[in-house]
Amino acid sequence: MDGPTETPPATLGRRRLTIEAALPWITTPILLGMLIGLWEAYIHIGGISPLILPRPGAVWRAWLEMLDDPRAWHHTWMTVYATLSGFAYATVIGVGLGVLIARLRWLELTLNPFIVATQVIPKVALVPLFVLWFGFGITSKVIVAAVLAFFPILTNTALGVKSIEEGHRDVMMSLNATRWQVFRRLEFPSALPYIITGLEIGIVLAIIGSVVGEYLGGNSGLGHLLIARLNAFETDQMFAVLIHMSMLGFLFYFAIGALRRALVPWHASARLRV
Amino acid sequence: MVEPAHPAVVFRAVEKWFSTRDAPVHALAATDLTVSEGEFLVLLGPSGCGKTTMLRMIGGLVAPTSGEIAVEGRDLWHNGQRQAQTLAELGMVFQDANLFPWLSVEQNIALPLELKGVPAAERLARARALTRLVGIQGFEARWPRELSGGMRQRAAIARALSYDPRILLMDEPFGALDAMTREAMNLELQRIWLETRKTVVLVTHSIAEAVFLGDRILLLSPRPGRVDMALEVPFARPRAPDLQSSAEFQAIVLRLRHRLNDMAQDGG
Repeated sequence: MDGPTETPPATLGRRRLTIEAALPWITTPILLGMLIGLWEAYIHIGGISPLILPRPGAVWRAWLEMLDDPRAWHHTWMTVYATLSGFAYATVIGVGLGVLIARLRWLELTLNPFIVATQVIPKVALVPLFVLWFGFGITSKVIVAAVLAFFPILTNTALGVKSIEEGHRDVMMSLNATRWQVFRRLEFPSALPYIITGLEIGIVLAIIGSVVGEYLGGNSGLGHLLIARLNAFETDQMFAVLIHMSMLGFLFYFAIGALRRALVPWHASARLRV
Repeated sequence: MVEPAHPAVVFRAVEKWFSTRDAPVHALAATDLTVSEGEFLVLLGPSGCGKTTMLRMIGGLVAPTSGEIAVEGRDLWHNGQRQAQTLAELGMVFQDANLFPWLSVEQNIALPLELKGVPAAERLARARALTRLVGIQGFEARWPRELSGGMRQRAAIARALSYDPRILLMDEPFGALDAMTREAMNLELQRIWLETRKTVVLVTHSIAEAVFLGDRILLLSPRPGRVDMALEVPFARPRAPDLQSSAEFQAIVLRLRHRLNDMAQDGG
């Protein structure tokens, strides 16, 4: 009788896991502290003007002020809205088209030159065009976010659907499964880890898209706020906006990570830390 | 139960050509075959002899180029369409267990029933009963990756049995297992077969496995694939592992090995 595999001695394995889980909570504050120390030291030793590089303490106070300011939260909400709307469009179109392309050879061959074209054009360079076409309002930001996030979602979905094991298809065929059953019970769950990888890349690109859109046009959003602070030489507040954006990025990225652990707990990627 | 009047599987002049980039390959020359109800038939032969193609044609995964296939008295193909009613009599086990990694072991076993619209409670009860039959009780809720190769293959057998087909088709099911696990699985398969009394068609390239398990062995030869000889295996059931060291067992093994060696020389 053969036993289950992959069961290391329980105590040893568990102890190693505890140490590994605790490690980032110890190292991250230390590294962060060292970074802030270097920053502070550089300003003191180099005699750097606060207009070029504000002191960490000043940035921290500026950020706390920002958290208290309802206008800052309005800008935050506009960026969140543009990012998530663009991301939602990119997900629906990217996953849908990705599935179709992977299944219909003729569609892939027909669309391939255009997909490659949209990939090689520096999309950020198109932002002024979107502003021209769709105005200074939120629409142009949503579109930029969607265009940037779309491609990795499409390619990862298509890759996922194409990576389905032939043996698994044989099982479904021997069971006389309908096309819908093959999609619902085999192709979709099998491609899901790849789709989530696409979403992970896509959400980060969607934030970039909406912020770059805000840099170039309109009067709302964190991108706009950052440029406004820069133009006013309020460097400490500009840094505060930067921190604020980074927090937003972390939040979205971890949300996708949580989604991965909830939807594909069976897949190796759900046990990956980064 | 009324004894069915028809054989489990019938081939009438079944032939298979595969088209490749250079020349068409003659995978199986026109072959007649009858598999009796409840029989344990083994297809044995070197690679390229068409044994897997033959099995996949019985299973409806590959269409014959010409000829007719009947399963349980009904045509497998009709107007280029596989017949659902006929397919329901066939359960397939592959060399890889091919369990879906996103389903638990019992969900995998119950998958065929789910596709057929059997209610959840009923299909899970059936899956649990099958884990007992194949000897993996206690592992119902595990992911497939948590099982060893032998246990995964047991789960694959349970999945094939879930909808109670009359015929079990097995394509080198233990080919990827180590020698000791393989011998244990041969015994288990014999036990399951004696308990369920299915018709089994098993493909293997292990002579000892073929002689130990089969009621009848078809030795196939390559280029083109065809039946070289048929052999009845007379040993009573259940067969014990010790049987393999008996003179009678060794004599049959030797006969098959000599014929296989002749084939290799003819071909080489």
